[in-house]
Parts: sequence; C-alpha cells; structure tokens
Amino acid sequence: MGKSTISGKNRTGIDMSPIDAKEMMALVRVSPPSSAGNEQAIAERRSQYFAEAGVIGSVPPPGTLKGIASTAMEKLTGKNPEAFIDKLGCRLAFERAGVRLYDALIAKCSAAPANSIVPLDRLQDFRNEELEHFKLVENAMRSIGADPTAQTPSADVDGMASIGLVQVLTDPRTSVAHCLEAILIAELADNDAWQLLIALTEKMGMSDMARDFQNALREEDEHLAYIRQWFRQMVMEDAAVAS
Amino acid sequence: MALNLYEDKGCPLDRQRFTWKELVQPPISKLDDDAFTRVRVILMNGIEMEANRFSHACARMNRDLQLPLAQVRIVEQHQATMVNGLLGADHSTLETTVAYEQVAIEITAVVAQNEPDPYLAQVYRFGMLEDFHHLYRYSAMLDRLEGKDANNILQCYTDIVPGRPTVVEHRAPQDNLREHYHRAGAAPLTKLNALTIMSSEQQTQNFYLNVGPLYADPVARQLYAEIASIEEQHVTQYESIIDPNESWLEKWMLHEANEVYNYYGCMQQEPNPRIKAIWERCLDYELGHLQVAMDLFKQYERRDPAEILPAELPEPIKYESQREFVRRILNQEVDLRALGTQFVDKSREGDASRRYRADVNSSGSPTDTVAAGYQWLPGTELVRGKELPFNEELARDTELIR
Repeated sequence: MGKSTISGKNRTGIDMSPIDAKEMMALVRVSPPSSAGNEQAIAERRSQYFAEAGVIGSVPPPGTLKGIASTAMEKLTGKNPEAFIDKLGCRLAFERAGVRLYDALIAKCSAAPANSIVPLDRLQDFRNEELEHFKLVENAMRSIGADPTAQTPSADVDGMASIGLVQVLTDPRTSVAHCLEAILIAELADNDAWQLLIALTEKMGMSDMARDFQNALREEDEHLAYIRQWFRQMVMEDAAVAS
Repeated sequence: MALNLYEDKGCPLDRQRFTWKELVQPPISKLDDDAFTRVRVILMNGIEMEANRFSHACARMNRDLQLPLAQVRIVEQHQATMVNGLLGADHSTLETTVAYEQVAIEITAVVAQNEPDPYLAQVYRFGMLEDFHHLYRYSAMLDRLEGKDANNILQCYTDIVPGRPTVVEHRAPQDNLREHYHRAGAAPLTKLNALTIMSSEQQTQNFYLNVGPLYADPVARQLYAEIASIEEQHVTQYESIIDPNESWLEKWMLHEANEVYNYYGCMQQEPNPRIKAIWERCLDYELGHLQVAMDLFKQYERRDPAEILPAELPEPIKYESQREFVRRILNQEVDLRALGTQFVDKSREGDASRRYRADVNSSGSPTDTVAAGYQWLPGTELVRGKELPFNEELARDTELIR
C-alpha cells in the first residue's frame, strides 16, 4: 500500500509566513481587546438561553393501542415507555444511517487502487447486518405500539452528531483510513449504545427483546473489532512502522 | 490591460454549455492552496450572484429583454455553481465566514486605493474598517466555539485585531445612504468598483442570513444576526453610490463588463493552473455575454456602447495583502461615524443613529460577548502563556514556497 499522507505546500501554519506572523503578533500586542472580560461571557449568554429553552421535541403517542400484546402493556405499566421508545427510535435511526455509512465506505474502498487491507465482501456483510439490526428494532417498536417511522428526540440528536461522519465518508478527497476512522467513531458509539439499550430493555421487563438485541450486539462487537484493526494497520503502514 | 472589449468577442452565447461534471469539480485545498485563491472564488461567486439578482429584476421590468436575459442567466447560473463549488466541505461555516471577511477587507482595501473619486474612496475605507472588526469577532467565535485558529484560513495575510467596534456600527437608515456617482462623468473604474464591492457585500449579507441558523449555539446565532444587520447596512451604502439614472440596459452592460473585468484579474493572477483555466473559461463566456448586452443596447437605445465602456478596461484588482494600508486607515479613521451621506468624528454623530443603537443594543451586543477579552494568538488563545516558538530556519525555507 502506498503512503496516503504526503508532504506538501500546507499554508495554514505561521512557519509558512515568518515575517508576516511577526508583524501580526506585534500589532496584537499593542491592540487591547475591544470588550472586557473573557470567554465566560459566552457561557453566561448561553445560560440565559438554556434557562428559556424548550425541549428539542417529543416522542409521539402510540398510533393505536389495538393489537398490542397485553403482556407488553402490562410490563410497561408504571414505567416511562416514552424514554424507552425514544432510545429504540434512536437505535433504529442509527442502524439505518449505518447502512448508508457502509454504502459510502464500500464505494470509497472499491475505488481505492491500493486498498489491500479492507475486504469488500466483509464490508458488505457488515452493511447487511446494520440493515438487519434496523429491521430488528423496527419490529421491536411495532410490538409495543410505537411508530417506527417517527423521528424521536434522541434519534434527531444522534443525527446532528453524525453529520460530520457522513461528510468525511463522502468527500472524494478523504482516504480509506480517514473513512475507517469515521466508521470507528460510529461503531464505538453504536457498541456502547447497544449495551445500554439491552440493559434498559431488561429493566423494562422485555427479556425476549433483550435476547434479540444481544445477538445484534455480538455482530456489532465483530464490526468494531475489524474496523479498529484495519484502521490501526493502515495508520501503521502509512507511517512505515507496521510489523 | 491587454483585453479589448470591442475586439475580443469571447465565446458566442449559443456555444456556451456545461455538463454536470464540469459544474461540480474538485474543490481547492483548504490546506495547500493560497488564501487568495479562495478570496477569488468567494468574490467571483458574489459577482455571479449579483448578476443573477440583477438579471431577474431586469426581466421583471422589461418584457422585451426577458428572453436574452434568460439565455445569459442560465449560463451565469452554471458559472456560479462551478465557482462556488470550488469551496471544499472541510471548511466549517465559521471558517468560510472568516474567508468572507478576508475578501471584504482585502478587496475593499484595494478598491479604496484605486478609486479616483475621493468621496467614494472614503466610503470604501469606512466600510472596510467595519468588516475588519467583523473578522476579529468571527475569529474569536471560531476559536471559542470550534477550537480553531482563524489564521489557518487567513494565512498571515490579514491582521486579527479590533477595528471600529460592531456595537457602534448600527446606524439609522438615513445614515447609511451615500451620494452616488454621476453616470455621465464618472470614470469607468468608479462604476466597476461600485458594482464589485456592492456584489461582494450583498453575497455576504445573504450568506450570513442563511448560515446563522445552521449553528445550534445561540451565541453564534446572535453573532451572525448582529453582523448580518451591518452587512445589510453595507449593501444599502454601496448600492446607493451607483447612479440610479442609468438605464436598465446600461446597467446590464456594466454588469457584464464588471464580470469580464474581474474574471480577467483572477485569470491573470491565479497560481493554481486548474483554477486559472476555470477563470479563463468564464472570462471567455463573459465576453460573449457582453456582446449580447452591447448589441441590445445599440438596438433599443440607439446609442454607442463606447459612450459607457472604454475599449480597454482599467488595471485589475491586485490580489495581495493590504496590511499597511489597512493599518494606516485603522489608525486614522476608526473614530469616524456617518451623518447623513457624510463622515464625521464620533463626537458629532447624529441623534437618530444614537437612538437606534441604544434600542438595538439594549439587551447587550453579541459581538462584545463573543470577543470579551479576546486577543488572537497563533494556535488559538488556549496557547496563551506558552506561545509556540518560531522555527526560523525552517520558516526561511518554507517562505520560498509562497
């Protein structure tokens, strides 16, 4: 594999313009700030908004209670099903987005001429497993009367957090290693989120559902291990220190 | 200038075409390309956006011109797409914003020095000092929100210190209007300067209005809200210096000439060969558009375009740091304020602007908040107390690259 990190005319640092940088610093030293204080002023202004803010949105009520297994309803009695539905909706959205992240990674790896580390068929398997997990959570939500097509608050916030990952994976200029790092961020978060969801599902008394989720977690463990290993190998090879 | 507007007819309009692949080309490198390449990309997108806005307004007022305007406009739409697409997605919105302010400072500074009309030169210097302060405020926001150094974008070409404080830039509308040049007597360069800066500021106003809400942080949103409001004042200022008595066709011809003028300057000074070829192509197309506008001018107004446009355009805008000029103006004119169409010392500012400002700033100024105690340092303010050392030897070598 060739080097993906190269030396060139990076112009962003001050060492590229030593004379101008000194000029800039000289002016800064004699130019006091135009308003007093420090960055605490930003925190205070944010606090005012925090105090006045509403929530980012709500969890929709079940579309219909008809057809919901009475056992499921009994188990949720006395608990807060909205919090559970919110996290189910979050996992559903993340797995569905995960399919698209893998689609982008597969396209990137397919086009990378020197890619000998990441097997495409294995990526395709991971992609399909993300799809299965999406469907698994979809069915789980339906089984308790929740609408799997609704975007829950946690799903929305996870979407905000993931925007940068999509950008990295689809930018033609990023390397396979850059993209593996982005997927690694996703898989690390995903792995932790499945563990939390399983614990929550068990506490909600949904043991069958929790068992299904355990199977998904085992596959996610495998995704994480492989992505971590490929990324590590690429970084070491790029630095010419791979053993 | 070697170009002759009456002999160099460019690519005929009916032979101007693009594919989608040509419209979406690889962007410039945020890290490796020169900051002035990005300055040119942003400026030319602003020029194209104004061409589009003007063309639509003209079409709404002139039935007979609707078809030729539409024929030219779709090409300019595609030029705008191709040019604006040269900004890579690795720029955060605030980084792009810092680049917009670099455009406003460096280009306005050149124009202020080239402008033959002393009153208009003063108008440009006045606006420039306000944009200079915006750069300082946005740099503070970039540092304190995203933990990034604005100089990664500016590449040491532009200073990051306070200018005329944003909090005192808010004015009553009557203090944002200026006197206009006179179409019959003004130099061609005066007309091109006015169109260039008005286009650039209009683009900036639109950009801030659109991107402010992309930030979740209410402080960032407030910052964009406050500075967008000043940019609205700047557009008001710069459009008012253009003679409103010019006919629609005269204005159209001037727009096309201004696009030719600016693309020529870009092509002449661009070091990146791939981007230079884009400027060259756009120049060729704009010469074709100018021919269309001149023919229509002759047909409808029975006048010679040479009454308006010289054969040879003035010297192009120089794309280089205007540090010394900006510092001198900062030193001499930071305390100027506008009173009607004139500029006065801050002690003589009028009641209308003072009252307006007291109202709009009554719940505090976001720009003051963002930059409270802020001083730029290489590597962000978080390195304060342990400034990064210069590596003189390495620096001497790398300076040669530029």
